[in-house]
Amino acid sequence: MAALTEEQTLIKDQAISWASAEAPVSKFRAMRNEGNEGGFAEPTWSAMVEMGWTGILVPEEYGGSDLGYLTFGLVLEELGKQLAASPLFASAYVGATALLLAGTDTQKLSHLPRIVDGSEIVTLAVDEGPRHAPARTALEAKSQGDKHVLTGSKTLVLEGMSATHFIVVARSAGKAGEAQGLSLFIVPADAAGLSRRPMKTMDSRGYAELSFDGVEVSDADLMGPVGQAGEVLDEILDRARAGIGAEMLGVGSQAFAMTLDYLKTRKQFGAVIGSFQALGHRAAELFAAMELARSCGEAALQEIDAQSNSVAKACSLSKAKVGDFLHTMSNQLIQIHGGIGMTDEFDAGLYLKRARVLETLYGNQSYHRDRYARLLGF
Amino acid sequence: MTAASDLDGFRSEVSEWVQSNFPSALKSFDLGADSPSEKGVSGEFRAWRQALADNGWGTPTWPKEYGGAGLSDPEAKVIRQEIAKVGAFNPIPPMTGMGVTMVGPTILEYGTDEQKAKHLPGIASGEVRWCLGLSEPNAGSDLAALSTKAVDNGDAFILNGQKIWTSGAHISQWCGAVVRTDPKAKKRDGISFVMLPMDQKGVETRLIKLISGASPFCETFFNDARADKSDLLGDLNDGWSVVKRLLQHERQSQTSAPAAVKIDQEPLQEQAKRYVGTLEDGTLADPDLRLRIVENLMDAEAHQLTVSRITAEAKGQVKVSAAASVLKNSMTRVAQTKAELTLEMMGNQGIGWEGEQFSEEELRSVRDWLMGKAMSIYGGSAEIQNNIISKNILGLPETTQQG
Ligand SMILES: Cc1cc2nc3c(=O)[nH]c(=O)nc-3n(C[C@H](O)[C@H](O)[C@H](O)COP(=O)(O)OP(=O)(O)OC[C@H]3O[C@@H](n4cnc5c(N)ncnc54)[C@H](O)[C@@H]3O)c2cc1C
Ligand SMILES: Cc1cc2nc3c(=O)[nH]c(=O)nc-3n(C[C@H](O)[C@H](O)[C@H](O)COP(=O)(O)OP(=O)(O)OC[C@H]3O[C@@H](n4cnc5c(N)ncnc54)[C@H](O)[C@@H]3O)c2cc1C
Repeated sequence: MAALTEEQTLIKDQAISWASAEAPVSKFRAMRNEGNEGGFAEPTWSAMVEMGWTGILVPEEYGGSDLGYLTFGLVLEELGKQLAASPLFASAYVGATALLLAGTDTQKLSHLPRIVDGSEIVTLAVDEGPRHAPARTALEAKSQGDKHVLTGSKTLVLEGMSATHFIVVARSAGKAGEAQGLSLFIVPADAAGLSRRPMKTMDSRGYAELSFDGVEVSDADLMGPVGQAGEVLDEILDRARAGIGAEMLGVGSQAFAMTLDYLKTRKQFGAVIGSFQALGHRAAELFAAMELARSCGEAALQEIDAQSNSVAKACSLSKAKVGDFLHTMSNQLIQIHGGIGMTDEFDAGLYLKRARVLETLYGNQSYHRDRYARLLGF
Repeated sequence: MTAASDLDGFRSEVSEWVQSNFPSALKSFDLGADSPSEKGVSGEFRAWRQALADNGWGTPTWPKEYGGAGLSDPEAKVIRQEIAKVGAFNPIPPMTGMGVTMVGPTILEYGTDEQKAKHLPGIASGEVRWCLGLSEPNAGSDLAALSTKAVDNGDAFILNGQKIWTSGAHISQWCGAVVRTDPKAKKRDGISFVMLPMDQKGVETRLIKLISGASPFCETFFNDARADKSDLLGDLNDGWSVVKRLLQHERQSQTSAPAAVKIDQEPLQEQAKRYVGTLEDGTLADPDLRLRIVENLMDAEAHQLTVSRITAEAKGQVKVSAAASVLKNSMTRVAQTKAELTLEMMGNQGIGWEGEQFSEEELRSVRDWLMGKAMSIYGGSAEIQNNIISKNILGLPETTQQG
């Protein structure tokens, strides 16, 4: 764990005790069993708002506490351990980040306080196809005077069914595949011509597919200059990746803890299975991978807070290394639990399924290995 | 803790001193190839070593009375950084063999005042080289199985037996050895740690040639070799706790890249571009190799970040920590993989043994690759580190390493 300030330690402790008492994995399971379309339980969400977590990234002038990304990461990690579901990440982390980095003063003033008090859920709509590829954005934004008409579709939009607003990545110029020509618009969910459908994913969270059929927005809804959002989009996505990294650390370290516990209690051949060297060494390798991954995950959040010029590299490193660890860890969680690990009644499967979704979001490991190499110039 | 502002003042002091004392003639000196000894080096080299030693900066955290400078870990780091900044190096650790990294810290902990005064200054100044007689033909990972005997004859211990893989034994002045002093006691309870001079009739060394072609270590034979009784380190028959501590220091010293690594070394990806070429979009022409290089660079970065994180968590106090096993294994993996990738990218040029068809860099890469295989064997093999992690860190019951 990084060296924390007093305030960070307080919030981390609060997150640990709240998540284990009020949002344990059993609550997530209950919600999944009910088939909740929104993908989260309302009381869980309003408790988070009350605790002030929705304001961690937001400056005080907009009603937040401005505590930074590492602090938010600590909360996301603890929520990850319990698979606690809510729009906290999509709205108060990614949505707020997009507004802070790209929003106009008016947009910030109108949305940030409402993100903080939970009355708005603002989420980013970026992916369109099977792979995360922002440059391949095809959703078209045709400018007509001070109007822009949006046509196209988005997929895997986080909390898309409960969102009140979407921050939409659209193409104002150029062809799909070109990094240039992208714009960001903030679009209310009830805009004429915008429709959404839930996507049922293996992690039982709330995602939506969006369809834009000539949705009209104005210059006032444009975030930043038209056609020039590529760079800021990268910055937004990097912060999102580091946040996913933090949650992945939580999911992975919980999977490790469950596995270690089983190694110490399950007996076969007259001994606890953790006494077999094959498994002891596997646990040692997993532990080492976890420690190395933690360093990468925390460093990314710290680089963001420090506004360093190597944020992009650090965030790709985090997404790739924490993702690699979680991938292996979630597989071993099942394997080391033997037949029990395969049952729906046991929690291992919930962690495995969440793991794969987190790995996929905002670029999987291979995406970020490639990106890291490009950032290093090869 | 030293305040940051004090550290800044100290930094400029060090920087000035290094710049005016480091002989520019030594700038291209390659500390990596062979560990230098006092006899084989130039006058400038000797003067630089002595200048560092006079400040106590070869071993900055050691007490002043024993040749150190009594500085804090953050201050020592400043010295390391400032020395590296101008392409200089601290020759003292490699010149003492196992002295600075392992023997010295253990004497500081277990030694009597008399032993500290006798042995530490020679290490701190870089003038006395030490080797370690631990491993034996039948006692490797299972070190406690050692059988070299030491018998008390009144004023000295008389040693008989054989050690193996003793690094630098042929050029060392002193040896720290674990020996059996109570053959009737349980395996770990009858061992003592003694220190003895190498230049005596009862000690004989024979060089062992390695796969890399180098012969940096020996078989060491003790035939009635003498270790003075005042050179027993720690209590009689308590050598196991001394050597366990010593091995922790060894592991700790192997958690980061060797000090000799040059800072201006060409990055792996640039070297790869030179050998492999690039595609139109600037990516490496061999996409499979490219991804494996990225992974290695990421692993190297993850390792460095972990070293920093553990240091930050310890609030600047660098202690021998349980995490050393994790770091030793990750350092080993990064270095061995890097050596493999280097050879692979060099292709036909990466298989040379000697001769002018191959560049010096290419030939060295081959030898380094071979030598690097030892990293996962010495200092507690990779498997032994995993045993330590699973038993000591994770608390899993052990079924191996009994006795
Ligand atoms: C889909 C499915 C279908 C099945 N169908 C049948 C069936 O039709 N009939 C039937 O009788 N059974 C069936 N089984 C049970 C199956 O045979 C057991 O799950 C299997 O024998 C493992 O036992 P376990 O689950 O108790 O795990 P455990 O034996 O408790 O193993 C837990 C973990 O410890 C490891 N381990 C155990 N011992 C050692 C050791 N000595 N050294 C190293 N590692 C060790 C295992 O590899 C595993 O990773 C089925 C299981 C599944 C998942
Ligand atoms: C370059 C180099 C320098 C060295 N310098 C010195 C020196 O200066 N002084 C000195 O005393 N020694 C030195 N050594 C020796 C070194 O400490 C030993 O090689 C090491 O302890 C391993 O012992 P071994 O070679 O006998 O291998 P073994 O112990 O026989 O091991 C053989 C294989 O079995 C594995 N193994 C052994 N036990 C277990 C277990 N319980 N669980 C799982 N796997 C196991 C090992 O990991 C290894 O892969 C050096 C070695 C090298 C290569």
